[in-house]
Amino acid sequence: MSISRSLLFTAAFALAAGTALAGGHQGNPAVKARQSHMQLYQHNLGILGGMARGRVEYNADLAVGAAQNLATLTTLNQMSYWTPGTSTDDLGDETRALPAIWEEGGFAKAVEIGTAMAAAAQNLAAVAGDGQAAIGPALGAVGQSCNACHEAFQQPRN
Amino acid sequence: MLKRIGLGVLLLGALALGAGWWITAPARVDASRFTGVSGDPVAGETVYWASGCASCHTEKGADSRLVLAGGVRLESDFGAFVAPNISPHPTEGIGGWTLTDFANAMLLGTSPDGRHYYPAFPYASYVRMTDKNLADLWAFLQTLPASDRVSEPHDLGFPYSIRAAVGGWKLLYANTDWVADAPTPVLERGRYLVEALGHCAECHTPRDQFGGLDLTRWMAGAPNPSGRGRIPGISPAQLDWLEADIAYYLETGFTPDFDSAGGSMASVVRNLSNLTAEDRNAIAAYVAALPPAD
Repeated sequence: MSISRSLLFTAAFALAAGTALAGGHQGNPAVKARQSHMQLYQHNLGILGGMARGRVEYNADLAVGAAQNLATLTTLNQMSYWTPGTSTDDLGDETRALPAIWEEGGFAKAVEIGTAMAAAAQNLAAVAGDGQAAIGPALGAVGQSCNACHEAFQQPRN
Repeated sequence: MLKRIGLGVLLLGALALGAGWWITAPARVDASRFTGVSGDPVAGETVYWASGCASCHTEKGADSRLVLAGGVRLESDFGAFVAPNISPHPTEGIGGWTLTDFANAMLLGTSPDGRHYYPAFPYASYVRMTDKNLADLWAFLQTLPASDRVSEPHDLGFPYSIRAAVGGWKLLYANTDWVADAPTPVLERGRYLVEALGHCAECHTPRDQFGGLDLTRWMAGAPNPSGRGRIPGISPAQLDWLEADIAYYLETGFTPDFDSAGGSMASVVRNLSNLTAEDRNAIAAYVAALPPAD
Protein backbone atom coordinates (compact mmCIF):
# COMPACT_ATOMS: atom_id res chain seq x y z
CA MET A 1 0.00 0.00 0.00
CA SER A 2 2.60 2.42 1.08
CA ILE A 3 4.79 1.45 -1.88
CA SER A 4 2.02 1.98 -4.40
CA ARG A 5 1.16 5.26 -2.70
CA SER A 6 4.67 6.51 -2.94
CA LEU A 7 4.77 5.37 -6.55
CA LEU A 8 1.62 7.31 -7.19
CA PHE A 9 3.12 10.31 -5.46
CA THR A 10 6.26 10.02 -7.55
CA ALA A 11 4.23 9.75 -10.73
CA ALA A 12 2.14 12.76 -9.79
CA PHE A 13 5.24 14.72 -8.93
CA ALA A 14 6.89 13.78 -12.23
CA LEU A 15 3.75 14.82 -14.11
CA ALA A 16 3.65 18.16 -12.30
CA ALA A 17 7.36 18.73 -12.86
CA GLY A 18 6.95 17.83 -16.52
CA THR A 19 4.10 20.29 -16.90
CA ALA A 20 6.11 22.97 -15.17
CA LEU A 21 9.07 22.30 -17.44
CA ALA A 22 6.91 22.38 -20.53
CA GLY A 23 5.37 25.60 -19.27
CA GLY A 24 8.81 27.07 -18.73
CA HIS A 25 9.90 26.06 -22.22
CA GLN A 26 7.94 28.78 -23.94
CA GLY A 27 11.14 30.64 -24.58
CA ASN A 28 13.22 33.40 -23.20
CA PRO A 29 11.06 36.51 -22.78
CA ALA A 30 13.77 38.83 -24.07
CA VAL A 31 14.16 36.72 -27.22
CA LYS A 32 10.42 36.65 -27.73
CA ALA A 33 10.19 40.40 -27.31
CA ARG A 34 12.85 41.18 -29.90
CA GLN A 35 11.49 38.61 -32.33
CA SER A 36 8.07 40.25 -31.96
CA HIS A 37 9.64 43.62 -32.64
CA MET A 38 11.26 42.23 -35.81
CA GLN A 39 7.93 40.69 -36.78
CA LEU A 40 6.31 44.10 -36.62
CA TYR A 41 9.05 45.55 -38.82
CA GLN A 42 8.51 42.72 -41.28
CA HIS A 43 4.73 43.18 -41.38
CA ASN A 44 4.92 46.89 -42.10
CA LEU A 45 7.81 46.50 -44.55
CA GLY A 46 5.72 43.91 -46.37
CA ILE A 47 2.86 46.35 -46.92
CA LEU A 48 5.21 48.96 -48.34
CA GLY A 49 7.25 46.43 -50.29
CA GLY A 50 4.19 44.99 -51.97
CA MET A 51 3.33 48.46 -53.26
CA ALA A 52 6.93 49.31 -54.17
CA ARG A 53 7.17 46.16 -56.27
CA GLY A 54 3.77 46.75 -57.88
CA ARG A 55 2.36 43.57 -56.38
CA VAL A 56 -0.30 45.44 -54.43
CA GLU A 57 -2.16 48.52 -55.59
CA TYR A 58 -0.80 51.73 -54.08
CA ASN A 59 -2.87 53.10 -51.24
CA ALA A 60 -1.58 56.31 -49.67
CA ASP A 61 -3.31 55.81 -46.30
CA LEU A 62 -2.00 52.26 -45.93
CA ALA A 63 1.47 53.29 -47.04
CA VAL A 64 1.70 56.23 -44.67
CA GLY A 65 0.28 54.16 -41.83
CA ALA A 66 2.82 51.39 -42.33
CA ALA A 67 5.70 53.83 -42.69
CA GLN A 68 4.66 55.68 -39.55
CA ASN A 69 4.50 52.38 -37.70
CA LEU A 70 8.05 51.64 -38.81
CA ALA A 71 9.22 55.06 -37.71
CA THR A 72 7.53 54.60 -34.34
CA LEU A 73 9.06 51.16 -33.90
CA THR A 74 12.53 52.62 -34.33
CA THR A 75 11.88 54.95 -31.39
CA LEU A 76 11.00 52.19 -28.91
CA ASN A 77 13.50 51.59 -26.14
CA GLN A 78 14.78 48.06 -26.71
CA MET A 79 17.21 47.86 -23.80
CA SER A 80 15.18 45.22 -22.01
CA TYR A 81 15.14 42.92 -25.07
CA TRP A 82 18.88 42.78 -25.58
CA THR A 83 19.87 41.49 -22.17
CA PRO A 84 23.30 39.92 -21.67
CA GLY A 85 23.21 36.13 -21.55
CA THR A 86 20.73 35.79 -24.44
CA SER A 87 23.08 35.18 -27.41
CA THR A 88 23.52 32.06 -29.52
CA ASP A 89 26.33 31.10 -27.14
CA ASP A 90 23.87 31.09 -24.24
CA LEU A 91 20.63 29.90 -25.82
CA GLY A 92 21.73 27.89 -28.86
CA ASP A 93 19.10 27.62 -31.56
CA GLU A 94 16.52 29.63 -29.65
CA THR A 95 18.06 32.81 -30.96
CA ARG A 96 20.16 33.96 -33.90
CA ALA A 97 21.59 36.93 -31.99
CA LEU A 98 25.37 36.61 -32.13
CA PRO A 99 27.53 37.29 -29.05
CA ALA A 100 29.12 40.15 -31.03
CA ILE A 101 26.21 42.36 -29.92
CA TRP A 102 27.49 42.24 -26.35
CA GLU A 103 31.18 42.33 -27.18
CA GLU A 104 33.41 45.40 -27.24
CA GLY A 105 32.00 47.98 -29.64
CA GLY A 106 28.93 45.91 -30.48
CA PHE A 107 26.45 48.08 -28.69
CA ALA A 108 27.85 51.29 -30.16
CA LYS A 109 27.60 49.81 -33.65
CA ALA A 110 24.01 48.70 -33.02
CA VAL A 111 23.12 52.21 -31.86
CA GLU A 112 24.77 53.68 -34.95
CA ILE A 113 22.79 51.37 -37.25
CA GLY A 114 19.60 52.00 -35.26
CA THR A 115 20.05 55.75 -35.58
CA ALA A 116 20.47 55.47 -39.34
CA MET A 117 17.42 53.25 -39.50
CA ALA A 118 15.33 55.75 -37.54
CA ALA A 119 16.30 58.53 -39.95
CA ALA A 120 15.54 56.34 -42.98
CA ALA A 121 12.18 55.31 -41.53
CA GLN A 122 11.23 58.93 -40.82
CA ASN A 123 12.10 59.82 -44.39
CA LEU A 124 10.00 56.89 -45.63
CA ALA A 125 7.06 58.12 -43.56
CA ALA A 126 7.51 61.60 -45.01
CA VAL A 127 7.38 60.41 -48.64
CA ALA A 128 5.08 57.38 -48.42
CA GLY A 129 2.06 59.53 -49.30
CA ASP A 130 3.71 60.92 -52.43
CA GLY A 131 2.82 58.03 -54.69
CA GLN A 132 4.01 54.54 -55.54
CA ALA A 133 7.28 55.60 -57.14
CA ALA A 134 8.49 57.32 -53.98
CA ILE A 135 8.35 54.20 -51.84
CA GLY A 136 10.97 51.97 -53.45
CA PRO A 137 14.09 54.10 -52.92
CA ALA A 138 13.06 55.19 -49.40
CA LEU A 139 12.29 51.59 -48.50
CA GLY A 140 15.67 50.53 -49.88
CA ALA A 141 17.38 52.93 -47.50
CA VAL A 142 15.60 51.32 -44.54
CA GLY A 143 16.60 47.92 -45.87
CA GLN A 144 20.27 48.90 -45.79
CA SER A 145 19.99 49.25 -42.03
CA CYS A 146 18.24 45.89 -41.75
CA ASN A 147 21.06 44.27 -43.72
CA ALA A 148 23.81 46.09 -41.82
CA CYS A 149 22.53 44.92 -38.44
CA HIS A 150 21.92 41.37 -39.63
CA GLU A 151 25.34 41.24 -41.28
CA ALA A 152 27.06 42.17 -38.06
CA PHE A 153 24.92 40.45 -35.49
CA GLN A 154 22.73 37.69 -36.91
CA GLN A 155 23.70 34.04 -37.28
CA PRO A 156 22.51 32.26 -40.45
CA ARG A 157 19.54 29.94 -40.01
CA ASN A 158 20.11 26.28 -39.25
CA MET B 1 69.74 -8.75 -57.34
CA LEU B 2 67.90 -7.53 -54.25
CA LYS B 3 70.15 -4.54 -54.22
CA ARG B 4 69.18 -3.81 -57.83
CA ILE B 5 65.47 -4.08 -57.07
CA GLY B 6 65.91 -1.83 -54.09
CA LEU B 7 67.72 0.69 -56.25
CA GLY B 8 64.97 0.46 -58.89
CA VAL B 9 62.27 1.03 -56.31
CA LEU B 10 64.18 3.96 -54.92
CA LEU B 11 64.60 5.43 -58.38
CA LEU B 12 60.94 4.95 -59.24
CA GLY B 13 59.95 6.47 -55.93
CA ALA B 14 62.15 9.45 -56.56
CA LEU B 15 60.71 9.80 -60.06
CA ALA B 16 57.15 9.61 -58.77
CA LEU B 17 57.94 12.17 -56.11
CA GLY B 18 59.60 14.38 -58.68
CA ALA B 19 56.70 13.98 -61.09
CA GLY B 20 54.23 14.70 -58.30
CA TRP B 21 56.19 17.77 -57.35
CA TRP B 22 56.31 18.92 -60.96
CA ILE B 23 52.61 18.27 -61.63
CA THR B 24 51.48 20.03 -58.48
CA ALA B 25 53.94 22.92 -58.70
CA PRO B 26 52.32 26.39 -58.77
CA ALA B 27 51.34 27.11 -62.38
CA ARG B 28 51.72 30.42 -64.19
CA VAL B 29 49.94 31.91 -67.17
CA ASP B 30 51.88 32.32 -70.40
CA ALA B 31 53.99 35.47 -70.12
CA SER B 32 52.57 36.89 -73.36
CA ARG B 33 48.92 36.08 -72.62
CA PHE B 34 47.98 39.61 -71.60
CA THR B 35 50.00 41.45 -74.23
CA GLY B 36 47.53 43.67 -76.03
CA VAL B 37 44.75 43.16 -73.47
CA SER B 38 43.97 46.59 -72.10
CA GLY B 39 41.80 47.07 -69.06
CA ASP B 40 38.97 49.56 -68.75
CA PRO B 41 38.49 50.74 -65.15
CA VAL B 42 34.81 51.55 -65.72
CA ALA B 43 34.07 48.01 -66.85
CA GLY B 44 36.36 46.91 -64.04
CA GLU B 45 34.08 48.43 -61.42
CA THR B 46 31.29 46.08 -62.50
CA VAL B 47 33.69 43.15 -62.27
CA TYR B 48 34.71 44.38 -58.83
CA TRP B 49 31.19 44.42 -57.42
CA ALA B 50 30.23 41.18 -59.12
CA SER B 51 33.33 39.43 -57.81
CA GLY B 52 32.74 40.44 -54.21
CA CYS B 53 36.33 41.52 -53.47
CA ALA B 54 35.10 43.97 -50.82
CA SER B 55 33.43 41.27 -48.74
CA CYS B 56 36.74 39.80 -47.60
CA HIS B 57 39.33 42.45 -48.40
CA THR B 58 37.79 45.47 -46.68
CA GLU B 59 38.15 45.58 -42.92
CA LYS B 60 35.17 44.24 -41.01
CA GLY B 61 32.87 47.09 -40.12
CA ALA B 62 34.67 49.53 -42.42
CA ASP B 63 32.47 52.19 -43.95
CA SER B 64 34.29 52.20 -47.25
CA ARG B 65 33.85 49.27 -49.59
CA LEU B 66 36.82 50.47 -51.59
CA VAL B 67 39.76 50.37 -49.16
CA LEU B 68 41.08 46.85 -49.67
CA ALA B 69 43.16 46.74 -46.50
CA GLY B 70 42.25 43.12 -45.75
CA GLY B 71 41.82 41.68 -42.30
CA VAL B 72 38.61 39.67 -42.46
CA ARG B 73 39.13 36.30 -40.78
CA LEU B 74 37.49 33.26 -42.36
CA GLU B 75 37.26 30.75 -39.54
CA SER B 76 37.10 27.24 -40.96
CA ASP B 77 37.67 23.62 -39.97
CA PHE B 78 41.21 23.99 -41.30
CA GLY B 79 41.99 27.06 -39.20
CA ALA B 80 41.59 30.78 -39.81
CA PHE B 81 42.35 32.37 -43.17
CA VAL B 82 43.04 36.08 -42.96
CA ALA B 83 42.35 38.10 -46.10
CA PRO B 84 45.43 40.16 -47.05
CA ASN B 85 45.84 43.78 -48.04
CA ILE B 86 45.23 43.97 -51.82
CA SER B 87 45.10 47.74 -52.05
CA PRO B 88 47.52 49.44 -54.48
CA HIS B 89 50.02 50.14 -51.69
CA PRO B 90 53.50 49.42 -53.16
CA THR B 91 54.78 47.28 -50.27
CA GLU B 92 51.85 46.30 -48.02
CA GLY B 93 49.38 45.85 -50.87
CA ILE B 94 49.74 44.64 -54.44
CA GLY B 95 50.89 47.94 -55.95
CA GLY B 96 54.14 46.34 -57.04
CA TRP B 97 52.42 43.63 -59.08
CA THR B 98 52.07 43.37 -62.84
CA LEU B 99 48.88 42.37 -64.64
CA THR B 100 50.46 38.95 -65.19
CA ASP B 101 51.14 38.60 -61.45
CA PHE B 102 47.49 39.46 -60.87
CA ALA B 103 46.37 36.88 -63.45
CA ASN B 104 48.52 34.19 -61.84
CA ALA B 105 46.89 34.93 -58.49
CA MET B 106 43.30 35.30 -59.67
CA LEU B 107 43.19 32.46 -62.20
CA LEU B 108 45.74 29.94 -60.92
CA GLY B 109 46.14 30.73 -57.24
CA THR B 110 49.87 31.36 -57.62
CA SER B 111 51.65 34.20 -55.82
CA PRO B 112 54.32 36.35 -57.52
CA ASP B 113 56.98 34.47 -55.54
CA GLY B 114 55.64 31.16 -56.83
CA ARG B 115 53.68 29.80 -53.88
CA HIS B 116 50.20 28.32 -53.82
CA TYR B 117 47.41 30.43 -52.39
CA TYR B 118 44.87 28.57 -50.32
CA PRO B 119 41.49 28.10 -52.03
CA ALA B 120 39.78 30.25 -49.40
CA PHE B 121 40.72 32.77 -52.10
CA PRO B 122 38.20 31.61 -54.71
CA TYR B 123 40.50 31.35 -57.73
CA ALA B 124 38.88 28.01 -58.57
CA SER B 125 35.85 30.14 -59.56
CA TYR B 126 37.71 33.19 -60.90
CA VAL B 127 39.62 30.89 -63.29
CA ARG B 128 36.54 31.12 -65.54
CA MET B 129 36.89 34.92 -65.83
CA THR B 130 37.64 36.38 -69.27
CA ASP B 131 41.08 37.89 -69.85
CA LYS B 132 39.42 41.20 -70.71
CA ASN B 133 37.50 41.31 -67.42
CA LEU B 134 40.63 40.38 -65.51
CA ALA B 135 42.44 43.33 -67.08
CA ASP B 136 39.40 45.56 -66.43
CA LEU B 137 39.41 44.63 -62.75
CA TRP B 138 43.14 45.22 -62.52
CA ALA B 139 42.66 48.67 -64.06
CA PHE B 140 39.88 49.47 -61.56
CA LEU B 141 41.95 48.33 -58.58
CA GLN B 142 44.61 50.90 -59.54
CA THR B 143 42.06 53.66 -58.94
CA LEU B 144 41.41 52.63 -55.31
CA PRO B 145 43.07 54.14 -52.23
CA ALA B 146 46.24 52.54 -50.89
CA SER B 147 46.31 51.21 -47.33
CA ASP B 148 49.49 50.59 -45.35
CA ARG B 149 47.86 47.99 -43.12
CA VAL B 150 50.21 45.04 -42.70
CA SER B 151 48.69 41.69 -43.75
CA GLU B 152 48.49 39.03 -41.07
CA PRO B 153 49.54 35.41 -41.60
CA HIS B 154 46.89 32.70 -41.73
CA ASP B 155 46.39 30.73 -38.57
CA LEU B 156 46.22 27.13 -39.80
CA GLY B 157 46.82 23.82 -38.07
CA PHE B 158 49.08 21.06 -39.39
CA PRO B 159 48.87 19.56 -42.05
CA TYR B 160 46.88 22.38 -43.67
CA SER B 161 49.80 24.70 -43.05
CA ILE B 162 51.72 22.85 -45.82
CA ARG B 163 51.02 24.83 -48.97
CA ALA B 164 52.46 22.20 -51.33
CA ALA B 165 49.35 20.07 -50.71
CA VAL B 166 47.27 22.80 -52.34
CA GLY B 167 48.81 21.76 -55.68
CA GLY B 168 47.05 18.42 -55.49
CA TRP B 169 43.83 20.15 -54.57
CA LYS B 170 44.07 22.36 -57.63
CA LEU B 171 44.59 19.35 -59.89
CA LEU B 172 41.40 17.83 -58.55
CA TYR B 173 39.14 20.84 -58.36
CA ALA B 174 40.33 23.90 -60.28
CA ASN B 175 39.30 24.03 -63.93
CA THR B 176 37.51 26.26 -66.40
CA ASP B 177 34.53 23.95 -67.01
CA TRP B 178 31.07 25.39 -66.53
CA VAL B 179 28.71 23.51 -64.27
CA ALA B 180 25.22 24.49 -65.43
CA ASP B 181 23.82 24.67 -68.96
CA ALA B 182 23.20 28.13 -70.34
CA PRO B 183 21.13 27.90 -73.51
CA THR B 184 20.23 31.62 -73.75
CA PRO B 185 22.34 34.81 -73.64
CA VAL B 186 20.70 35.86 -70.36
CA LEU B 187 21.47 32.50 -68.76
CA GLU B 188 24.98 32.66 -70.13
CA ARG B 189 25.50 36.05 -68.54
CA GLY B 190 23.95 34.78 -65.32
CA ARG B 191 26.20 31.74 -65.34
CA TYR B 192 29.25 33.93 -65.84
CA LEU B 193 28.22 36.17 -62.95
CA VAL B 194 27.43 33.22 -60.66
CA GLU B 195 30.03 30.59 -61.53
CA ALA B 196 32.99 32.82 -62.42
CA LEU B 197 32.77 36.24 -60.77
CA GLY B 198 30.26 35.86 -57.96
CA HIS B 199 31.71 32.50 -56.83
CA CYS B 200 28.33 31.78 -55.22
CA ALA B 201 28.96 28.02 -55.13
CA GLU B 202 31.93 28.48 -52.81
CA CYS B 203 29.44 28.88 -49.96
CA HIS B 204 26.17 27.52 -51.36
CA THR B 205 27.52 24.12 -52.53
CA PRO B 206 28.61 21.43 -50.08
CA ARG B 207 32.20 20.17 -50.18
CA ASP B 208 33.64 16.69 -50.23
CA GLN B 209 36.16 15.34 -47.73
CA PHE B 210 39.06 17.13 -49.43
CA GLY B 211 37.36 20.48 -49.50
CA GLY B 212 36.36 20.43 -53.17
CA LEU B 213 32.89 21.44 -54.32
CA ASP B 214 30.52 18.48 -54.74
CA LEU B 215 29.24 19.18 -58.25
CA THR B 216 26.48 16.59 -57.88
CA ARG B 217 24.94 18.78 -55.18
CA TRP B 218 25.36 22.13 -56.92
CA MET B 219 23.90 24.97 -54.81
CA ALA B 220 22.20 22.53 -52.43
CA GLY B 221 23.35 24.44 -49.35
CA ALA B 222 26.21 23.74 -46.97
CA PRO B 223 27.37 24.23 -43.42
CA ASN B 224 28.40 27.80 -42.66
CA PRO B 225 32.18 27.72 -43.25
CA SER B 226 32.70 30.20 -40.45
CA GLY B 227 30.42 29.56 -37.53
CA ARG B 228 27.10 28.04 -36.69
CA GLY B 229 24.09 27.88 -38.94
CA ARG B 230 23.87 26.90 -42.58
CA ILE B 231 24.36 28.62 -45.89
CA PRO B 232 20.97 27.89 -47.46
CA GLY B 233 20.50 25.87 -50.60
CA ILE B 234 19.35 27.97 -53.56
CA SER B 235 18.47 25.27 -56.08
CA PRO B 236 14.72 24.89 -56.72
CA ALA B 237 14.72 21.98 -54.25
CA GLN B 238 15.34 24.51 -51.47
CA LEU B 239 14.22 27.85 -52.87
CA ASP B 240 10.84 28.39 -54.51
CA TRP B 241 11.12 32.14 -55.07
CA LEU B 242 10.12 33.68 -58.36
CA GLU B 243 12.89 35.07 -60.55
CA ALA B 244 11.72 38.59 -59.73
CA ASP B 245 11.87 37.79 -56.00
CA ILE B 246 15.48 36.68 -56.33
CA ALA B 247 16.43 39.80 -58.27
CA TYR B 248 14.70 42.05 -55.72
CA TYR B 249 16.50 40.24 -52.88
CA LEU B 250 19.87 40.75 -54.59
CA GLU B 251 19.09 44.45 -54.95
CA THR B 252 17.61 45.19 -51.52
CA GLY B 253 18.25 42.23 -49.23
CA PHE B 254 14.51 41.81 -48.69
CA THR B 255 13.11 38.27 -48.92
CA PRO B 256 9.61 37.83 -50.41
CA ASP B 257 8.14 38.01 -46.89
CA PHE B 258 10.32 41.00 -46.00
CA ASP B 259 12.76 39.38 -43.71
CA SER B 260 16.20 40.72 -44.58
CA ALA B 261 19.53 39.23 -45.62
CA GLY B 262 21.90 38.43 -42.80
CA GLY B 263 25.44 37.27 -42.22
CA SER B 264 27.80 37.28 -45.17
CA MET B 265 24.88 37.45 -47.64
CA ALA B 266 24.14 41.00 -46.47
CA SER B 267 27.63 41.89 -47.64
CA VAL B 268 26.99 40.14 -50.96
CA VAL B 269 23.81 42.20 -51.40
CA ARG B 270 25.77 45.39 -50.74
CA ASN B 271 28.07 44.40 -53.59
CA LEU B 272 25.36 43.27 -55.99
CA SER B 273 23.22 46.35 -55.38
CA ASN B 274 25.89 48.18 -57.41
CA LEU B 275 25.25 46.06 -60.51
CA THR B 276 22.75 46.91 -63.21
CA ALA B 277 19.23 45.51 -62.94
CA GLU B 278 19.97 43.47 -66.08
CA ASP B 279 22.87 41.74 -64.38
CA ARG B 280 20.87 41.01 -61.22
CA ASN B 281 18.08 39.66 -63.40
CA ALA B 282 20.57 37.42 -65.19
CA ILE B 283 21.77 36.02 -61.86
CA ALA B 284 18.16 35.45 -60.85
CA ALA B 285 17.42 33.70 -64.15
CA TYR B 286 20.40 31.39 -63.63
CA VAL B 287 19.39 30.55 -60.05
CA ALA B 288 15.75 29.94 -61.01
CA ALA B 289 16.85 27.65 -63.87
CA LEU B 290 19.15 25.50 -61.71
CA PRO B 291 18.31 21.81 -61.63
CA PRO B 292 16.99 20.80 -58.19
CA ALA B 293 19.80 19.36 -56.03
CA ASP B 294 19.55 17.73 -52.61
